[in-house]
Amino acid sequence: MAEMTIRDALNQALREELLRDENVFIMGEEVAEYDGAYKVTRGLWTEFGDKRVVDTPITELGFAAVGVGAAMAGLRPVVEFMTWNFSILAADQIINHAAKMFYMSGGQFNVPIVFRGPNGSAYQVSSQHSQAFEAFYANFPGLKVVMPSTAADAKGLLKSAIRDNNPVMFLEQETMYGLKGEVPEDADFTIPLGLADVKREGTDCTIVARSFTVPQALKAAEIMQAEFDVSVEVVDPRTIKPLDIETIVASVKKTNRLVIAEESHAFASVGAEISHQVMENAFDYLDAPIRRISTVEAPMPYARNLEVAALPSVEKIVAAVKEVCYL
Amino acid sequence: MPKTATRQKTETKPTKAATNGNNKPAPKDAPENQTDEPDVYDVKEAQAEFNKRRKSQIASIKKLDKEFLGEMLYQMILGRLFERKCAEVYRMGKIGGFCHLYIGQEAIAVGSMMALKEGDYAITSYRDHVQAMIAGITPEAVLAELYGKATGNVGGKGGSMHMFSKEKGFFGGHGIVGGQIGVGTGMAYAQKYKGTDNVTLCFFGEAAVNQGIFHESLNMAQLWKLPCIYICENNQYGMGTSQKRAMSISNIAKKAEGYAMAGEFVDGMDVMAVREATLRAIERARKDGSPTLLEVRAYRYMGHSMSDPGKYRTTEEIKKYQERDPIILFQDSLKEAKVFTDKDFEDFVAKATEQVDAAVKFADESPFPDESELFTDVFA
Ligand SMILES: Cc1ncc(C[n+]2csc(CCOP(=O)(O)OP(=O)(O)O)c2C)c(N)n1
Ligand SMILES: [Mg+2]
Repeated sequence: MAEMTIRDALNQALREELLRDENVFIMGEEVAEYDGAYKVTRGLWTEFGDKRVVDTPITELGFAAVGVGAAMAGLRPVVEFMTWNFSILAADQIINHAAKMFYMSGGQFNVPIVFRGPNGSAYQVSSQHSQAFEAFYANFPGLKVVMPSTAADAKGLLKSAIRDNNPVMFLEQETMYGLKGEVPEDADFTIPLGLADVKREGTDCTIVARSFTVPQALKAAEIMQAEFDVSVEVVDPRTIKPLDIETIVASVKKTNRLVIAEESHAFASVGAEISHQVMENAFDYLDAPIRRISTVEAPMPYARNLEVAALPSVEKIVAAVKEVCYL
Repeated sequence: MPKTATRQKTETKPTKAATNGNNKPAPKDAPENQTDEPDVYDVKEAQAEFNKRRKSQIASIKKLDKEFLGEMLYQMILGRLFERKCAEVYRMGKIGGFCHLYIGQEAIAVGSMMALKEGDYAITSYRDHVQAMIAGITPEAVLAELYGKATGNVGGKGGSMHMFSKEKGFFGGHGIVGGQIGVGTGMAYAQKYKGTDNVTLCFFGEAAVNQGIFHESLNMAQLWKLPCIYICENNQYGMGTSQKRAMSISNIAKKAEGYAMAGEFVDGMDVMAVREATLRAIERARKDGSPTLLEVRAYRYMGHSMSDPGKYRTTEEIKKYQERDPIILFQDSLKEAKVFTDKDFEDFVAKATEQVDAAVKFADESPFPDESELFTDVFA
């Protein structure tokens, strides 16, 4: 095990996969000479050169398409969006092309591509730069959606994503790049897509959190234990699609209470989907209505106090846990 | 004045090229249109061209009202000092998020926007503070917005990248590279639809030209004769990527030909040249709606944003371009035309300093927005 940041864990995963498979290459804005806008690709261009690490013009639709075509023709592109906000310019290639290619071609053309980059808010970058896209992409069959919250998960999941034979949307979080954690050093360490992780065990209430809200949920769990003697279990699905509903349901059957914390807006969110699936699978086990904490139903404002008020927080999660525990 | 100092023609190399064995040499068989182009990046040549225009330029300066010329220069100085102050207070933590400064490009906004008339529109990217102020949004409102205060231009909701004024015909600062090119085209569509002779100035960076929307927009504008003046502010970098590393040709103005549109290359360090090129474009647009593409070449003095360490270029390169500083060049011409003296320039600086300081005081003393503002303006 080695301690490292999520940023460095992602960097290691990329490096190891570049070394492992010569069909893997990285493409995106500022990924090469600038070392990545958020330094996730630091050093890779210097080590692997122009063929494997490619700076693109600012032309998201275009380079996403090049990635899709190259993947159909046998390469394994890792396409970075400087942030997922810019992926919507490429949504046609991701949704109309990559997602459906294998199905439309009767199983002939799979698209082994990873689209990755930071998702969600990032300290006052305002409305056009603070959006969380997991629900948007998860709605389309053919796309896998991954959201790591720790350094080890980031590394293990990214390696699996690159080795996967399907288009994988790999959603990171800018404000979490500096978070540190223990990461296995084995070059073949991977985490299968579609496997949730219980980040903290508990018996009284379950919080399902992902990415941005996982550290918040863990903090809320500590507070609930210390101040209210409530034992909270924190489940991180890690992969949004395919979703490991079994682990979530097993937890709810044990705790009988569920809070879902997510950075996206609430309407038609992944939290809404989880809530529905829990209702289908564990309705009789619930002792309280499921509560959700999401970003408020408004575009992200710039002012720091408004942004804080818009986003999920430890306090909001604590309040929701208390509510489902009738405290 | 730094006009004739000895300068060297330095190549701008990516800083790390030397350490990378895989760097391909530039293709020898570059397309013809590239080889016979003048090296528009060359400071010396640009200055030589400027000197050739000098006489006629002094003559056109003399034709303008002194007060108007003073306002042009003042706006350039105010823009410069305002942006410097932004850098200062950003480092103090007063401004959050992204903050893109306009230093070095003042002649573009001033030369073009001050050629507009009532009812004309403008729209730009996230690098929008100076355009916003020329449009008539006060420095107080811009700075308070940067501070995320309730008194800010949009009440603290937008921040640095999103200044707007419907009243002043300023359709905003936009954060998605290229997005405003299409929106600007739509603004011109409405102007034509309503039967006005008004025009839209649509600003964007050279890197935005690589987005599909640039090409889609220019095609529609020429097809439908929309009075949109596309002003490509070529500051030679899109973040850390020089134009050369991202675009297959270097002459952006030439791209207009692909749409049978009028296109012109303009020295963006020369405010009078920008003004005159814009006036020509405006004349075409007011007459029958004909759009124009102006490529205005300048240089971004600062990093891409306040969080860019700028390791991809050398200080020599930056200094080389600063030798043709747009404010100094304009002051020289104004002096030569005997419109203003050094003393006048000092007065302008003093006045602008005062205005910027007043904006800082205003922003500092303003309250943060009330939390209830979170849910206002979601729907009209
Ligand atoms: C669609 C999109 N892709 C990427 C970005 C990130 N980004 C912001 S500004 C910028 C560079 C743009 O350069 P240019 O168009 O030349 O304008 P300049 O910043 O030089 O004024 C990039 C890559 C973005 N905001 N939007
Ligand atoms: Mg630029």
